Amino acid sequence: MSEPLLEVKNLRVAYPSAHGYSDALRGISFALGREKLGIVGESGSGKSTAGRAVMRLLPPKARVTADAMQLSGVDLLNASERKMRDIRGGRIAMVLQDPRYALNPLKTVESQIVESCRIHTRASRSEARDRALAMLEDVRIRDPQRVARLYPHELSGGMGQRVMIAMMLIPSPELVIADEPTSALDVTVRGQILDILNERVEAQGAGLIFISHDLPLVGDFCDRVLVMYGGQVMEELAAHELARATHPYTRALNASLPPLDRRVEELIVPEHDPEWLSERRA
Amino acid sequence: MTDTPVTSSRTSLRAWLEAPAASTPRQARAQAAWRGWKRLLANRAALAGLIVLILLVVIAAIGPLLTPYSPMSQDLSVRLQPPSMLHPLGTDDLGRDIMTRILYGARITLMMALLVALIAGPIGLIMGATAGYLGGWFDIVAMRLVDIFLSFPSLILALAFVAALGPGIENAVIAIALSAWPPIARLARAEALTVRKSDYIAASRLQGASSTRLILRHVMPICLPSVVIRITLNMAGIILTAAGLGFLGLGAQPPSPEWGAMLASGRQFMLTNWWLAATPGAAIMLVSLAFNLLGDGLRDVLDPRDE
Amino acid sequence: MTAPSLEIVNLSVAFGSDRARVQAVDNAGFRVAPGESFGIIGESGSGKSTILRAISGLNDEYDGSVLIDGRAAPRPRNKAFFKNVQMVFQDPYSSLHPRRMIRATLMEPLEIHRFDRRDERIAQALSDVGLAPEFAYRYPHQLSGGQRQRVAVARALLLEPRIMLLDEPTSALDVSVQAGVLNLLNTLRLSRGLTYVMVSHDLRVIAHMCSRIAVMTQGRIVEELSADDLRSQNAEQDYTRELITASRVALAAE
Repeated sequence: MSEPLLEVKNLRVAYPSAHGYSDALRGISFALGREKLGIVGESGSGKSTAGRAVMRLLPPKARVTADAMQLSGVDLLNASERKMRDIRGGRIAMVLQDPRYALNPLKTVESQIVESCRIHTRASRSEARDRALAMLEDVRIRDPQRVARLYPHELSGGMGQRVMIAMMLIPSPELVIADEPTSALDVTVRGQILDILNERVEAQGAGLIFISHDLPLVGDFCDRVLVMYGGQVMEELAAHELARATHPYTRALNASLPPLDRRVEELIVPEHDPEWLSERRA
Repeated sequence: MTDTPVTSSRTSLRAWLEAPAASTPRQARAQAAWRGWKRLLANRAALAGLIVLILLVVIAAIGPLLTPYSPMSQDLSVRLQPPSMLHPLGTDDLGRDIMTRILYGARITLMMALLVALIAGPIGLIMGATAGYLGGWFDIVAMRLVDIFLSFPSLILALAFVAALGPGIENAVIAIALSAWPPIARLARAEALTVRKSDYIAASRLQGASSTRLILRHVMPICLPSVVIRITLNMAGIILTAAGLGFLGLGAQPPSPEWGAMLASGRQFMLTNWWLAATPGAAIMLVSLAFNLLGDGLRDVLDPRDE
Repeated sequence: MTAPSLEIVNLSVAFGSDRARVQAVDNAGFRVAPGESFGIIGESGSGKSTILRAISGLNDEYDGSVLIDGRAAPRPRNKAFFKNVQMVFQDPYSSLHPRRMIRATLMEPLEIHRFDRRDERIAQALSDVGLAPEFAYRYPHQLSGGQRQRVAVARALLLEPRIMLLDEPTSALDVSVQAGVLNLLNTLRLSRGLTYVMVSHDLRVIAHMCSRIAVMTQGRIVEELSADDLRSQNAEQDYTRELITASRVALAAE
């Protein structure tokens, strides 16, 4: 691995609550090169919070602290809001779960991609248009000229997600954060979208953080995986070892999934051990 | 030693209210009410509004005890007195004590506002919830009716009704209620439209629930909070309309100490004896403001969706 | 096959009219034996949920017939039908009335159908789905997603139905919670001899829960196969094979 693209050390996020602060992230650390890092966990594990914290997209009332949070030398934790606006969408891009909510319903596909391109690069309008069409082709849209003129509601789920990927990747970001990018899609479309995401990220030499609740999916798609629970990283391991994980939580998650290759009478319901949350504090 | 049982019963009541899990239906309802109450207390403006309104109720109840005068008795020897120790808010052109009249007027104002809310609220809620849930011809007819009512300014509408029914407090109440229910119905309908397709309504239909049951027990409880908030916010408008009718001589009739009527009769002395018009005016403003503040606060309390 | 508990014949459902007409379900048919668990798998817009809504009577505008024990279900559905056929919805966050105490939600079917010993039955139903009796005195927002779905199952069970329609009952839940709810549904079916019709987009869930599975796409049932066939990828239709492949591996190209 070359020098890390993103380095996060002891990231903590807390929200004010009735009794002081409640922790959403309790000190997570990871480093990311030009690779695909999966973050898996169940709802409330803090996986989405981690992604948003890196982009500094958390609500202002959240208290964010970290020993370090750097994107190839830029201190993300203390960067000004103005600087963050350049970084967001420019150097870090985010692909969200549902393109229906993430795309502007009143603008055509083309104008959204062109806008995304022109905000972050010095391309002229016609140059940006050419690049937008090329980008649509890169995300395997067969008829980019036609699709470019459509509005988001005229797109199917898979098509919408391709447009979103095109829009997010056109300024050539160094880091792409994908938060459940395929959860709203049908399984038969999911493979193509992951393929496209993989291809674009590799072609541009970017790093990818892939946030998902789907263990087998992350195991197949990513290089490395962080397993999160209760705002902490339970385990970090190579993706292909996910099926042979050692941490009891990861094993329990694996076991709770109905198997596809054999019949079982009863599924194993994970027991959550409070020990998992205390071990790292000590 | 003697106060120990008191404090222990108080702490146990608090523990009962704040227990993580209720063990009886009564406790569960009490806990829900307690949480709402605490949210209301946290909202300073709403609390201020509530306090003013409680004061108003107290004044309306015990007002006559606070003053030695009668609201009607005239004493021309003390007419148009400025505020003094004897008459804290001065006297009017017929020598009646203004503070006494304001205190008695609180009763009238409160009664009118309450009656209007009690007439317009249920009519609006039932019409709106039913129209929104049932849809079809009932919805079309009900909403066109609402449109007709809404196309007139409410004071003009109330004026027309009073003109037809004759001046007087009762007719003013009916007139204001008739002009107050359509916006409530429209609001309730909008809420009902959002819930009629929801899964919990579908689930109840699949239990065999009738339309009446669904409207009364499922749709209306969802519409109720926004209707209560809206009525509270409208209360200011209702009081102003009532005062306006009184002012125009179509509501409460002299010598009744209704605030609007007082304001009207004080008008001719406005330049020379300001307190005649200013005191009922200030009372109207204060109570309207209190209702507005409370309405805003209720929005926080009654909306458990972001709990 | 024994006499079917539930039979669907030539069921068609269309939405909209004239030019905007969409055929959501096109001539679907299947039979479910008493005590059997029948699955329908399909992607979004395949019409699988529309079939459930037609069976339940939530959508009355269908062609064809829905037969319960060989007799056509009444249109509109009556109380006797609902006593027999109950449904569990996909999203436990929207299927419970947000302002009603769980007790009131569970009381409702008992009131409508004039059951006796109501509090006793509620306590029993809650314990059947693995919840303590105190849950009756909570509001939905005080429960987790898994607990809410258990309450929804309890509500469906109170009328002691024989047929349960399950509309993606675990797709809104985490996998660890899903495991518990699926186990519960299986136990209840075996102990009470219930008949299930379950709809899902998740091959794992449907293969685990059902013995026979209909594959739907674009409003049509393209194939009906056993869970074992599904596991061993023994499918006749291209679409079924594509679905199985896509569900087994995340990356189509790898």
